[in-house]
Amino acid sequence: MAPLMLLPPGPGSCRLLLLLLALASSEAASDSNESANSTAQDAPSARLAASSREPAERISVFELDYSYVQVPYEVTLWILLASLAKIGFHLYRRLPHLMPESCLLILVGVLVGSVIFGTDHKSPPVMDSSIYFLYLLPPIVLESGYFMPTRPFFENLGSILWWAGLGALINAFGIGLSLYLVCQVQAFGLGDLHLLQNLLFGSLISAVDPVAALAVFEEARVNEQLYMMIFGEALLNDGISVVLYNILIAFTKMHKFEDIEPVDILAGCARFIVVGCGGVFFGIIFGFISAFITRFTQNISAIEPLIVFMFSYLSYLAAETLYLSGILAITACAVTMKKYVEENVSQTSYTTIKYFMKMLSSVSETLIFIFMGVSTIGKNHEWNWAFICFTLVFCQIWRAISVFALFYVSNQFRTFPFSFKDQCIIFYSGVRGAGSFSLAFLLPLSLFPRKKLFVTATLVVIYFTVFIQGITIGPLVRYLDVRKTNKKESINEELHIRLMDHLKAGMEDVCGQWSHYQVRDKFKKFDHKYLRKILIRKNLPKSSIVSLYKKLEMKQAIEMVETGILSPAAFSALQQAQRTQETKRLSPEDVESMRDILTHNLYQVRQRTLSYNKYNLKPQSSEKQAKEILIRRQNTLRESLREGRRLPWGPQAGAKNVRYLSFPYGKQQAWRRNTGATEATDDDSSEPGLPSITFSARPQLGSLRESWLAREVIPMKSLPQGTMTLPFHDSRDPGLGRRAVVRPRPLFLALDEEFESREESDEEASTLRSRWTVERGHSREHGQSHSPLLRRK
Amino acid sequence: MGARGSHSAVPPDADSIRRETGFSQASLLRLYHRFQALDRDNKGYLSRMDLQQIGALAVNPLGDRIIESFFPDGNHQVDFAGFARVLAHFRPVDEEDPGMQDPKQPEPLNSRMNKLRFAFQLYDLDRDGKISRNEMLQVLRLMVGVQVTEEQLESIADRTVQEADIDGDGAVSFMEFTKSLEKMNIEQKMSIRILK
Repeated sequence: MAPLMLLPPGPGSCRLLLLLLALASSEAASDSNESANSTAQDAPSARLAASSREPAERISVFELDYSYVQVPYEVTLWILLASLAKIGFHLYRRLPHLMPESCLLILVGVLVGSVIFGTDHKSPPVMDSSIYFLYLLPPIVLESGYFMPTRPFFENLGSILWWAGLGALINAFGIGLSLYLVCQVQAFGLGDLHLLQNLLFGSLISAVDPVAALAVFEEARVNEQLYMMIFGEALLNDGISVVLYNILIAFTKMHKFEDIEPVDILAGCARFIVVGCGGVFFGIIFGFISAFITRFTQNISAIEPLIVFMFSYLSYLAAETLYLSGILAITACAVTMKKYVEENVSQTSYTTIKYFMKMLSSVSETLIFIFMGVSTIGKNHEWNWAFICFTLVFCQIWRAISVFALFYVSNQFRTFPFSFKDQCIIFYSGVRGAGSFSLAFLLPLSLFPRKKLFVTATLVVIYFTVFIQGITIGPLVRYLDVRKTNKKESINEELHIRLMDHLKAGMEDVCGQWSHYQVRDKFKKFDHKYLRKILIRKNLPKSSIVSLYKKLEMKQAIEMVETGILSPAAFSALQQAQRTQETKRLSPEDVESMRDILTHNLYQVRQRTLSYNKYNLKPQSSEKQAKEILIRRQNTLRESLREGRRLPWGPQAGAKNVRYLSFPYGKQQAWRRNTGATEATDDDSSEPGLPSITFSARPQLGSLRESWLAREVIPMKSLPQGTMTLPFHDSRDPGLGRRAVVRPRPLFLALDEEFESREESDEEASTLRSRWTVERGHSREHGQSHSPLLRRK
Repeated sequence: MGARGSHSAVPPDADSIRRETGFSQASLLRLYHRFQALDRDNKGYLSRMDLQQIGALAVNPLGDRIIESFFPDGNHQVDFAGFARVLAHFRPVDEEDPGMQDPKQPEPLNSRMNKLRFAFQLYDLDRDGKISRNEMLQVLRLMVGVQVTEEQLESIADRTVQEADIDGDGAVSFMEFTKSLEKMNIEQKMSIRILK
């Protein structure tokens, strides 16, 4: 298969393409273009051949050789076009609410497809079996595995496996069998499709891609468990359907004439299990290996992302070698690796990993969708009304059956059963996506003479579900989740409602998560005792979160005080403010403006639902809010201490509470650690005066609550005594000195996006810098006196 | 739930706590596990610091007040009974016919009135039974971002007090508070599902 295609001769198509690309190409070039192209078979050798054939030719000043770059050029253009479309999509604020991003990608694909079709151009060979399975699929799966919130996933693991696994099986076999029955009807002209083919089609069409649904749920603040179920399904579904697909293809190859024995069926089932579990096993092994390796990469942090990606990819390939499920392997690898890698790896590496992962998966998905659009507009279709309509119908019916049946059963065992509304939402979120299309497109033509029919049917189902279901699921969720929005709420009510929401969220946090204690606790104990010792770098202070907190607060506090928001003057002025006891008559406009102020400025209640966006990593406003709240509390407490006012809860909190009140200490500690850190790292911090306060960003999924809880459960008892106390005591305990090198490991706030942007803003940065270099000087002396901390060797 | 590990399995005075709070045996046990998990030094009671270790409360605008509500009457410690008592306010309301209950028994902790009383206490720091304008202003200030100016906050606080104040004393008593929220579904707002 020649990687390069010949451009059909003719200036028209060349010029059209060039115009489209907005390239300025001189008229003179087109002639040389043609001559160059007509002789080009394999570009490099052709060039030599061409030049050697006509040695007497003048050296041309300007040449054009399109076929040399055609494939990468067009692929890049596709990606770029899709990216531009996405930019436009997000610029127009209302669009993302109306339709999912996959719609957009498909439309771009259709556009590109029509251009290609219209100009009679042959599209680049983006999609073929090996390219898809080896290059396009792994990044997508890796990304979903990596960004998956592990804790809710494992808590709901039973339900998710039950639902995803059995659901896929029921759907696949149900649709396959029903279609087979339809095919038996002679009138439809489908008699030559035998059972295996139908089953195979069923398995590939049952692969659900509910990313569109997830985007909607994020907006509608759906029940956390529901979200997790759908997420888990999205994650596992690809894997399961590919496994089924491969097994059935193997069947089809073996038994072309439908003489399948029960032994084979049993073997198929066994193989299914082996493939699935084997894949997961491989993934876990590779995950541990890569976590282990990242333990040693302090000095060469630039290759950390490389290690992460290469090992994940390797797990995929290794599993595929043994015909195990590469998808499940790479997912398991990502999940295992994430926890330890996050702690070992430097912040910049961590950010790099995240962004690169998103980028890769986005590119893959874009290419697949565009290719889908391209192949929609083409001559390789076969339309058969019966097959296609029945496919659509059966897809919906079987999904409904599987949802309601499976959830009915699992509800008997759940503490908090899913309501009928939830089940409707799950049913409706069965949107098909790129996975199905790829599998259909890659059906071997030899085994499937009527492949075009399958492809067409798949495309129809995808278009239908993505456009119609994708667009209407938003309104549906909002409709089902109707809260009585009483527009005429008084200000009073609004305030009290918000207070109660905060109160409830706070109490929920006090209650914590109630999960299956024993298994989780056992795993956590095992993890702490053995795994973390092996896999996580030494010298990583567990109280790094405290120092992080300090740094964060301090920087923010400085900024806020400087911008005059939280000046002490404001607070004291309040107390001298006159209190007018007369009730003022307020006009309705005043009330309205009050309401507006409240709506925009009241702090949001902490969201319990996870927020996953497949296409983007957005800094959340909740972090900004959290920062603000923390700073204000810090400030208030500091103020009250400074003025000698007794805190409402007395002096007890003063001395021992490391977290909030030890401001001066914290500064020292932070400084010392910073000097240690900046010397130790080889991060290219171009301003050595500026301590590296780049916090590695927690994946945007994790709500703050989750990260705090994750941190919280580390038994503080296991830390050596005196860890949490202040560095002034370090001189007594030299053992603490080893924990000098700090990489603030923030399972806490994800602020780097905002921080980096802030750091780049001119005035703030310069004032900060000057302040810090000054103060760094001071702290250096202090640092020297408590020398053990700087000993790193 | 057979618990293993160093914690004791059954809370002390489990029966009396159950009667007072109305929790089921399973929920009480879970609460006890949670209490023990929060009580890091195994002291048998919780101090303010233990509660402050809950990270999410740190970023809750009302975090301090919520913690404070666990320590009524100026105590510095809360034992399991007190812990359960506070959380009992958030138990979902029983669906049973209230007429079946013994009218002589005190109102269950999770009745609407008691929930409202609990919320009222968040406002009324000096426990005088009234939310003064100043107290309202303080709460408002806690809950609103920094962009809002003081004048705006004061006028909003004034308006809030004015809307609820029926007898014109410039403060909101508990009855007035209750009345202003009569349309709201307090039972749902202040119930935590897992505490059933």
